[in-house]
Amino acid sequence: MSILGTRVLRTEDPKFLTTGGVYTEDVADDRLEGACHVFFVRSPLAHARISSIDVSAARQAPGVIGVYTGADLADLAPIPPSAAGLINTEMQQRLLAVDKARFVGEAVAAVVTEHPYQGEDATELVTVDYDPLPAVLGFDPADDSLLFEAAGTNVAGYWGDPSKLDAQLFDGCEVVVKQTIVNQRVAPAPMETRAAAAVWGDDGRLTTWIPNQGAQGTKADMAKLLGIDESLVRVITPDVGGAFGAKFGADPEHAVVAWIARRLGRPARWTETRYENLIAMTHGRAQQHTVTIGGSRDGNVQAYRLEIVQDAGAYPKIGAVLPMLTILMTSGPYDIPKAEAVAKVVVTNTTPIGAYRGAGRPEATAALERAIDLFAAEIGADPADVRRKNLLAPFTEPHRTAFGALYDSGDYVAALDKALTTAGYADLRSQQAQRRASGDVRQLGIGVASYVEITGMGDGEGTPPEENATVEVHPDGTATILTGTSPHGQGHATAWAMIASEELGIPVEKFTLKWGDTDLIPEGGGTGGSRSLQQGGAAVQQAARELLDVARLRAAAELEANAADLVFDKGRSAFNVAGDPDASVPLTQLAENERLLIRTVFSQPGATFPFGTHVAVVEVDTETGKTTLLRVITVDDAGTVLNPLLAEGQRHGGIGQGAAQAFLEEVVYDDAGNPLTASLADYPFVSATEVPSFELASMATPTSYNPLGAKGIGEAGSIGSTPAVQNAVVDAVAHLGVRHIDLPVTSRRVWQALQAVQPGSEQ
Amino acid sequence: MIPAQFDYVAAESASHALGLLAEHGDEAKLLAGGHSLLPMMKLRLAQPKVLIDIGGLAELAGISVDGDDLVVGATTRHADLAASDLVRHEVPLLAHAASQVGDPQIRHRGTIGGSLSHADPAADLPMALVALGGSVELQGPDGSRSIGADDFFTGFFETAMRPDELLTAVRVPRQPGVPWGYQKFVRRANDWAIVGVAAVDGRIALANMGPTPLRATAAEKALAGGASPAQAAQHAADGTSPGEDIHADREYRRHLAKVLTRRALEHQAG
Amino acid sequence: MTHIEVTVNGEKRSAEVEPRLLLVHYLRDHLGLRAANVGCDTTSCGACTVLLDGKSVKSCTVLAVQASGHEVTTTEGLSADGELHPVQAAFRQHHGLQCGFCTPGMVMAAVGLLAEIPHPTEAQVREGLEGNLCRCTGYHNIVQAVLAAASEVTA
Repeated sequence: MSILGTRVLRTEDPKFLTTGGVYTEDVADDRLEGACHVFFVRSPLAHARISSIDVSAARQAPGVIGVYTGADLADLAPIPPSAAGLINTEMQQRLLAVDKARFVGEAVAAVVTEHPYQGEDATELVTVDYDPLPAVLGFDPADDSLLFEAAGTNVAGYWGDPSKLDAQLFDGCEVVVKQTIVNQRVAPAPMETRAAAAVWGDDGRLTTWIPNQGAQGTKADMAKLLGIDESLVRVITPDVGGAFGAKFGADPEHAVVAWIARRLGRPARWTETRYENLIAMTHGRAQQHTVTIGGSRDGNVQAYRLEIVQDAGAYPKIGAVLPMLTILMTSGPYDIPKAEAVAKVVVTNTTPIGAYRGAGRPEATAALERAIDLFAAEIGADPADVRRKNLLAPFTEPHRTAFGALYDSGDYVAALDKALTTAGYADLRSQQAQRRASGDVRQLGIGVASYVEITGMGDGEGTPPEENATVEVHPDGTATILTGTSPHGQGHATAWAMIASEELGIPVEKFTLKWGDTDLIPEGGGTGGSRSLQQGGAAVQQAARELLDVARLRAAAELEANAADLVFDKGRSAFNVAGDPDASVPLTQLAENERLLIRTVFSQPGATFPFGTHVAVVEVDTETGKTTLLRVITVDDAGTVLNPLLAEGQRHGGIGQGAAQAFLEEVVYDDAGNPLTASLADYPFVSATEVPSFELASMATPTSYNPLGAKGIGEAGSIGSTPAVQNAVVDAVAHLGVRHIDLPVTSRRVWQALQAVQPGSEQ
Repeated sequence: MIPAQFDYVAAESASHALGLLAEHGDEAKLLAGGHSLLPMMKLRLAQPKVLIDIGGLAELAGISVDGDDLVVGATTRHADLAASDLVRHEVPLLAHAASQVGDPQIRHRGTIGGSLSHADPAADLPMALVALGGSVELQGPDGSRSIGADDFFTGFFETAMRPDELLTAVRVPRQPGVPWGYQKFVRRANDWAIVGVAAVDGRIALANMGPTPLRATAAEKALAGGASPAQAAQHAADGTSPGEDIHADREYRRHLAKVLTRRALEHQAG
Repeated sequence: MTHIEVTVNGEKRSAEVEPRLLLVHYLRDHLGLRAANVGCDTTSCGACTVLLDGKSVKSCTVLAVQASGHEVTTTEGLSADGELHPVQAAFRQHHGLQCGFCTPGMVMAAVGLLAEIPHPTEAQVREGLEGNLCRCTGYHNIVQAVLAAASEVTA
């Protein structure tokens, strides 16, 4: 029986459950002996000129080794914006702020102490004189206060040309609905905050431990930030306590820690506090959508326009690029004859925006699924029916959308119907009707969201998506896999071992997976964009198969037989002459004779497009506005499933985060740009009491793009669940006249929406 | 984050603690469970020079009946209060309020004396004390005194307790079998109340509707005058001055106070 | 400096510590027991949860000096002879962990919960874990694991 598709328990777990993971802060390494500790002084103002920094008192504090400001880092070049061709190149960031601070939390100085406890004491002694400037906030910032004077504007750039929108797009539509929707700013908030440890060798090379999603990309970033050749940087990835898109690459702080280690000639370590994490690690989402949807009264959607404003935060990082992905997925799973999208990117005095689980695609789905519900409400149709009517028909040959996306395979109607059946949709609607009829204080809401998303993209510059893997069988019967992916909870050690075990007949527990050391594995795409299994896993399979090809030739020589006459006996992990089990040679023996190792690169013809439908059932207290999430039912078709245990775990996590975005989580600033959600007491990170157990239905439409038939599953959960929950909450109060409530649909927003349609209806 | 430096003294008795308080004045803080104080110290919102640990003093612990009152020692932890059969029988509202504080770990450490001295207007136990018409017993250099709940909470995180005083015990009237209601409106189960209401025996207390836990006196009066819960609840927010924050503005808080008061009065018991 | 004596995972330990030393840092930096993690500044996340005299506490909000004279148990001390404790085993069986950062605290909170409520309902499990945040699992499999561990313990 094949091990593929079975619920193999994680080989990683015993360590995490007993002595715990070895995260960056836990790394014990001789090279880090005697490390000093770095602390950052961060701007308390959203927008201010820095007139002076007095570090003299801090320098005198117990244990202080050094205090550094932007002036000390003059040898390091500013960081250019992402997508410099499209984004205003004047919008550059210094590693430590010079002249100006542009968001609360921007690093202004670094204090270095012998002991970590001394660092917190000493940072309080750094005095920075700020001249406050008006904070630039919101999706439509005026240009009267500029973040970057040299840029002359707070608009960082455009994706698409707003002046070329089709004025006739909605001609012929019987119904047109327009709505402005906020897809709010959220904090990725991985449980492990950012950290670094850095040391320079006598050879002039940097070795740095950083929690990240891809050591190789992090190495490239570090070399750029430090202005040195990549060959001088070695990144090592310890266990990583969650990332969710926000640990891709390197941040300014990582480079400052390395710079300090070089300056002081001793190892340096840094672990940020949660407060720092919530204000200085990139945030996610932060888009405003204006959707216009038009169609016929009988439910055919004929035209759709998506106008995006991306708040990139203070510095245009990945967030400035994400609208490109939102635009790519504009029309989602639907067959919409005419659709167009355009995006404007603005800078504001807030934490920069980066990738967050889904990164650009959840925003597209949220906008579209809200638009579909608005359209359904306008024509008085069941939102599930409107979806069924407009979803693309099943296809097995790739389908190209008007936005250039090439969907590999899909059966969207089947996913919708399966989700509705699993949920008991008709029954839910009748329960809802009863509650409506009885005027129950607690109304039932049912929300549906269908989606298709893109996973395993290439680099966007023409290189096909690819990943490398190395498999080696050792004489003692163990095996090692090297991968360019970078697990941080996904279970690659188990999954990659399953794949190789299936080929080589070596038990899963005999495998060791290595990743994240750039000296050992110089190339790799890391883990993000739900790419790992389809490319990294497929590479492992390809490597194992190629290893068997080599082993077969060696076995043939060993057995003095024809390679073609040999069969591989998985049970014994040995080759034998067909029909003669005694004439056999195990892989271990071949490895004894000569290292048995293969490195290969798997290349995929293109990105894959998982799809599905989520149904959320909520109860809304119409007196208080409070939402209780009762059920989430999902169909997430990500092709062939390798390990259902792991795939379900990815779905659960995504659903939890997506639902949290829908009704709880939001990064909030006051009018002066002060963050009001800078602790986990204030930021409503979802806990176990706010979510139910989730109901997952299976569906697997394989892709032909890789031999595993797998698409990505890491982000799907967060893509469908946000609009499903949002739609459910709106649905719960739709009969009272509410058409839309912005994210997150907090109790206050629900109550305000009810007040707006029933003014003065106290109690 | 870690606290600023301080000296630590484990008090050997209540009078030892009082002596230390007298010696160090404003620079000292009492430490029991530490679940109000240590978070403030880690954020450096509090930087006492001396911590006097009273957590181990047996004379400040324990739950007993004294005539018509239930007496709870100041260092009684929330979890013990919530689980006590005596409290659940004699003053069920108090046990319930204790079970609503924070999360299990916090309830294992936090103490009733600490919570009341911290005087967070959004917290459970201060509201419960006001609803129950309880009092606190304070010991100072000049002896003991008792202050009723209505007079104890004087402002935002402020009480009538003097810096040289020690809260030794909490006294609440026994009321077995008396109907009560408790409503706590939160985003997440372990959050502080956006608005809270505790109602028992004609008294109604509100959490987070002003700088201190408050009596909903207008609603109480209406109730005493024969108004229905729904009618009385209409007056729940009268005279309150709730603050605004990311969870709620004034208008929403006032609305919630009315809805929750009605529910507390209608659904008495839990 | 203050002298402390703490029994950690059954072993008597003593040290001279700064009064402000947090229990979590005593465990991690002085004793090398690095399973419990610090995930926040505000007693919110529970990643540092250990048992103090058998009850779950957040060791970031307990001073090491407060633990003097008491018993501390961490995940390192839960399992003996390489055998996982039933709660640890259930977390593995039900894939109740992904990145692992919240896991030691979550496991200790669950052990503490089951000591108080041996047969919890799903709602009681969720409420019992309200002080422990996890970003990876959506809590689904954690809840399944704790429910399974509860039935395991009775079986």
